[in-house]
Amino acid sequence: MNDYIISVRELTKCFGDFTAVNRISFDVRRGEIFGFLGANGAGKTTAMRMLCGLSYPTSGSGTVAGWDVMREGEQIKRHIGYMSQRFSLYNDLTVWENIRLFAGIYGLSKTETERRATETLERLNFSSERNTLVGSLPLGWKQKLSFAVATIHRPEVVFLDEPTGGVDPITRRQFWEMIYEAADGGTTIFVTTHYMDEAEYCSRVSIMVDGEVRALDTPARLKEQFAAESMDEVFRILARGAKRGE
Amino acid sequence: MSAIKVENISKSFGKVKALDGISFEVERGELFGLIGPDGAGKTTLFRLLTTLLNPDEGRAEVDGFDIVKDYHAIRERVGYMPGRFSLYQDLTVEENLNFFAALFGVNVEDSYDLVAPIYRQIEPFKKRRAGKLSGGMKQKLALSCALIHRPSVLFLDEPTTGVDAVSRCEFWDMLSDLKQRGITILVSTPYMDEASRCDRVALCNEGRILCIDTPTDIVAGFDTPLYSVRADNMYQLLLSARGCRGVVECYPFGEIHHLIADREFDIEQFKAKLADVRGLCIEPAEPTIEDMFIKLMKQ
Repeated sequence: MNDYIISVRELTKCFGDFTAVNRISFDVRRGEIFGFLGANGAGKTTAMRMLCGLSYPTSGSGTVAGWDVMREGEQIKRHIGYMSQRFSLYNDLTVWENIRLFAGIYGLSKTETERRATETLERLNFSSERNTLVGSLPLGWKQKLSFAVATIHRPEVVFLDEPTGGVDPITRRQFWEMIYEAADGGTTIFVTTHYMDEAEYCSRVSIMVDGEVRALDTPARLKEQFAAESMDEVFRILARGAKRGE
Repeated sequence: MSAIKVENISKSFGKVKALDGISFEVERGELFGLIGPDGAGKTTLFRLLTTLLNPDEGRAEVDGFDIVKDYHAIRERVGYMPGRFSLYQDLTVEENLNFFAALFGVNVEDSYDLVAPIYRQIEPFKKRRAGKLSGGMKQKLALSCALIHRPSVLFLDEPTTGVDAVSRCEFWDMLSDLKQRGITILVSTPYMDEASRCDRVALCNEGRILCIDTPTDIVAGFDTPLYSVRADNMYQLLLSARGCRGVVECYPFGEIHHLIADREFDIEQFKAKLADVRGLCIEPAEPTIEDMFIKLMKQ
């Protein structure tokens, strides 16, 4: 088995004559919490869309969960988990209905859906909330449920797109604990965030500037390399050099 | 006279109590931060103070005027930048600015000195439609429009949410400049680390204010022993540390975990108990606004 769950080389995406992502290359190890940072307009979203199988690169090569990023977008979509703060669950469906819907989308059989849904509810201590509308759940519960739903098909890698925006500090920490737990169990976590302190939770962090990956290392080594006190400072040193207008 | 005076204000929407008996005052020329997560009631408070909503209970004054009775006077003297981009997307940058100037019956030229430091950054794109601007540029245009009638009080609802760390820092620099010019600013943010840019802050959660003070004094009020701990396996450390004597709480805090201890806690005993944890390291830590927020939320 390959040690890398994500491995890309010279990945490039152009829109007309604008190069949004310019020849990025990196590897993500299995079980790693990989932070993907960048200023607004650095090409982060475009890169993430390519890695999730939502858009094909203009050039380059690579694999995500063993599937080819140049040709097998549909397979990638099936085999990864994805969660964002903005869109995750349907508020007007119940807890159970949301789980069933996503299990169906990921192609789980009826019996398998039933089994994993029950198991998920038990693990989250949610069994009594089975028929509650998701819209009426507290934000922290919704977040746990979103993560459970995004991983219902047991993907090897989960993409989290700014998962903790606007959440209180306690809920945010509970969420990170859940991420630690998943990573401890061998799931790879690929996460974008604007909270620089969250970058410090990651095993390794990459920082994009002007469509390129400008830095990639453990938070400790990045701080050392840039003689910075915090990841916030590292980020600012790198992003201040950005040439691309927002 | 304070610039903003809020007395025991409550506001409900159906069963949801958005604001639950809030009181505070903002001095003239102060840069005051409302810090809290979604659902804290920040937006509702802004809508009340800008006279777009009436309270169920309590009263408030802005610039000495009552928010219910004198709404007309208040609207003339406040600037408001809502959380969602609310300019006209199909007007150009320049047209938006002129429109807001006309609405308030002022000339762009008369206020130009005030908006110039901000507007100059987007002036090269003045013929571009607002809808085609990047996030950071929209933010600068919205701030310019909110300032065009020289308001005495500026209300900014989460201006830095979703904005990257560099642009956030630049935005706070702009606010400091405006404060120098004597404008009172009430600004909300979910980012705890931005508290230090304010003169005073109110930490709020679920419709209530947890505490109000200067950022330095809030942190100084954290009176329990706090340690930072780390190990090779941070997740296992979290679970192990929680089982130790004298550990009130242990939670992730970036690269490290923060550990709150009580009087029973003994650092040597702790190390001995976790002797088999590889790479264990524990040392006293300085509390932050976020530690205080967590502490207050749990009380």
